[in-house]
Amino acid sequence: MAKVRGLTGDEAVAYAVKQANVDVVAAYPITPQTIMVELFSEYVANGEVHSEFICVESEHSAMSACVGSSLTGARVFTATSSQGLALMHEMMYIASALRCPIVMGVANRALSAPINIHGDHSDMMGSRDCGWIQIYAENAQEAYDWTIQAFRMAEDSDVLLPITVNLDGFILSHSMEGVAVLEDEEVEGFLPPRKPLHTVNPEEPLTVGALALPDYYFEVKRQQEEAMKWVPKKIRETNEKYEKLSGRRYGIMDAYGLEDAEAAILCLGSTAGTARVVAKELRREGKRVGVIKLWVYRPFPTEEIVKVTKNLKALTVLDRACSYGAPYGPLGSDVASALKRFNRDLSLLNLIYGLGGRDIGPSDIRAIFDETLKIAETGVVKEPLRFVGVRE
Amino acid sequence: MSEEGKLGWKSLPIGGLLLEPGSSVKYKTGDWRASRPVVDPNKCTNCLLCWIYCPDMAIMRGEKVVEINYDFCKGCGICAAECPVKAITMEEE
Amino acid sequence: MVRLKELPTEELLASGHRLCAGCGESVAVRMALKVAGKFTVVTNATGCLEVATTIYPYTSWRVPWVHVAFENAAAVASGIEAAYKAMARRGAWDKKVNVIAFAGDGGTYDIGIQALSGAMERGHDFLYICLDNEAYMNTGIQRSGATPHGAATTTSPAGKKVPGKPEWKKDLIGICAAHGIPYAATASLAYWNDYMTKVQKGLAAEGPAVINVLSPCPRGWRSETAESIKLSRLAVQTRYWPVYEVEGGVYRLNVKVPKPLPVEEFLKPQGRFRHLFQPEFKGELEAIQRWVDENWSRILRLCGETS
Repeated sequence: MAKVRGLTGDEAVAYAVKQANVDVVAAYPITPQTIMVELFSEYVANGEVHSEFICVESEHSAMSACVGSSLTGARVFTATSSQGLALMHEMMYIASALRCPIVMGVANRALSAPINIHGDHSDMMGSRDCGWIQIYAENAQEAYDWTIQAFRMAEDSDVLLPITVNLDGFILSHSMEGVAVLEDEEVEGFLPPRKPLHTVNPEEPLTVGALALPDYYFEVKRQQEEAMKWVPKKIRETNEKYEKLSGRRYGIMDAYGLEDAEAAILCLGSTAGTARVVAKELRREGKRVGVIKLWVYRPFPTEEIVKVTKNLKALTVLDRACSYGAPYGPLGSDVASALKRFNRDLSLLNLIYGLGGRDIGPSDIRAIFDETLKIAETGVVKEPLRFVGVRE
Repeated sequence: MSEEGKLGWKSLPIGGLLLEPGSSVKYKTGDWRASRPVVDPNKCTNCLLCWIYCPDMAIMRGEKVVEINYDFCKGCGICAAECPVKAITMEEE
Repeated sequence: MVRLKELPTEELLASGHRLCAGCGESVAVRMALKVAGKFTVVTNATGCLEVATTIYPYTSWRVPWVHVAFENAAAVASGIEAAYKAMARRGAWDKKVNVIAFAGDGGTYDIGIQALSGAMERGHDFLYICLDNEAYMNTGIQRSGATPHGAATTTSPAGKKVPGKPEWKKDLIGICAAHGIPYAATASLAYWNDYMTKVQKGLAAEGPAVINVLSPCPRGWRSETAESIKLSRLAVQTRYWPVYEVEGGVYRLNVKVPKPLPVEEFLKPQGRFRHLFQPEFKGELEAIQRWVDENWSRILRLCGETS
């Protein structure tokens, strides 16, 4: 039965990691992820966990150590943000290619320069092609729930891919909520000890990380894409089991009001919460609006997006990151591509917002809904890619 | 590169793992050499210095003297150079 | 004390690898594995050894082997060591395994120094063996922090104005000893008994151990393939490569060289120093000899020896 604890997003993730009986945490501090590792190190110092906590000397070494640990068959966690994620970029590709089921909490923060410690999605978007499964949490509750589910999904022998659980820096990482937590035994039952396919073990002397010349490299990478195809099914299975345990339902995305909406906002993370509050207000005023919140960003739910938007006339995608010089922002590009794949003609507006922690509030969202409704009415998108909330 | 005999992505172990230890023995490096070491069994004292110095594990410990494994010997000449009794000579391949 | 006849015949590094004929790295790895045995896990930084021993689908390794990237052999080893500890704590692991990290001088002195320093500071129980062939050989013989003064490499060529690398070789074992680790040492392939004993000591030490073994590279040093062991010997006999160990912070000279050969004897057989033998660069040879002499005196002082 659920207990409710006052936890910030970072604390919720750390608590989930404790309950998950992780073997190794190798991490380096960076704002706003710091609380995740600080709280975990308290658990270690108090003897509350059996884990080895490696205070590595950089994020690159953090991911390197995690790969080493994961290959031995251990359950592994790390966390980072922004520059740290950028520093371990090389290792992100290696972790997924070597099929290490590492779970990483990312407190999303803006990338330098200028240096900025506040929340936006540029860090994770900078690594979106690295082959990791990427989940975005809307609040601390989701961060807790997804972290627990992440271990189960990653370690599944049909998946064996690492996962990031993303939460907005400061907005979620440092804001306290009442988080309903499971009992330790419940999490233990949900996350039995890892059963790896292969381990680094003298009784089975395997070679990991060989040089693959042009005659083999392509095949190994093709396998990675195949693994991604299994992920949605595994996520749904995991969500079903988790719902039985927690009473909370998760999925690939959350669609609010899409049964009859003609205009909708699609976004990731905490902004979805604000958007839903505004959408509720607008719906009470008789406006047909909706909110699509993606939980799972990679693998991108191409078919589901097309299905869920089938009655829409206009969609505004909010991107909390910018892909400089690209036709759309990162999320906008993926949505546009998904629609194109299925020849779906839907008016699309892509807004870049909130960089460097620039706030977006209910009145901003209301204006965006108004604009989207206008587009639904006229079918005209004057400027398909725009910045919103920036001073000219 | 020739494609014959090479497995496709559906059959290969995942993650580029190599599961068969020491499979490089299928790749005979003996054809690299330009000269080959020849051991004079009458001079060899079985001190095993050539054995420990061989970069290719191409010297085998025999009953009384060492033997060269010509499947892998690359002809570097370290064994001949280091033999304390000059029991090994390098002959042109 | 290691006796050749008592060493196992099993080869944990298999033939058929594609390292050059006469490669010193291969000899160094083989000697280490002979005393480490089967219950060993190897992490390997990117470099000649890693690339030439694991060309998919062939592998020369008969022990578990992990290659991740260039700069992180020590970090990966840290992760493996920690994982075994944690899994043992929950009853999922009960074996005693040697963890050995192999890396070249590039992956150790330069890009790998951070990971090595961190692993040493954290006290992980593993042995790190640097295979020092004094340049980034795998990528085509570029200079590293381990390249000696005057050596010609592709990024420090012997030109008319600058005759080879202007900078001097970094003191790796000094850096490691400064971390206060239980064991650090230099080694030479020609002194195989000393080297293999050191590997045993390093594995037995509780905590990080580092051995820096000079690994001649016929290709990069432009030397005869047959002379790799001879050069390993000359390096020691000219005092260019002092063989010593630092055990619990105490320096000990393992190979005394009372009557050294002039450093030219070590430099002459190597094409990478050939330009220094032109009359206009005589000053360079003298500078190198001075460096060798000063370094030797420094090591002697640390070891509490007089000659």
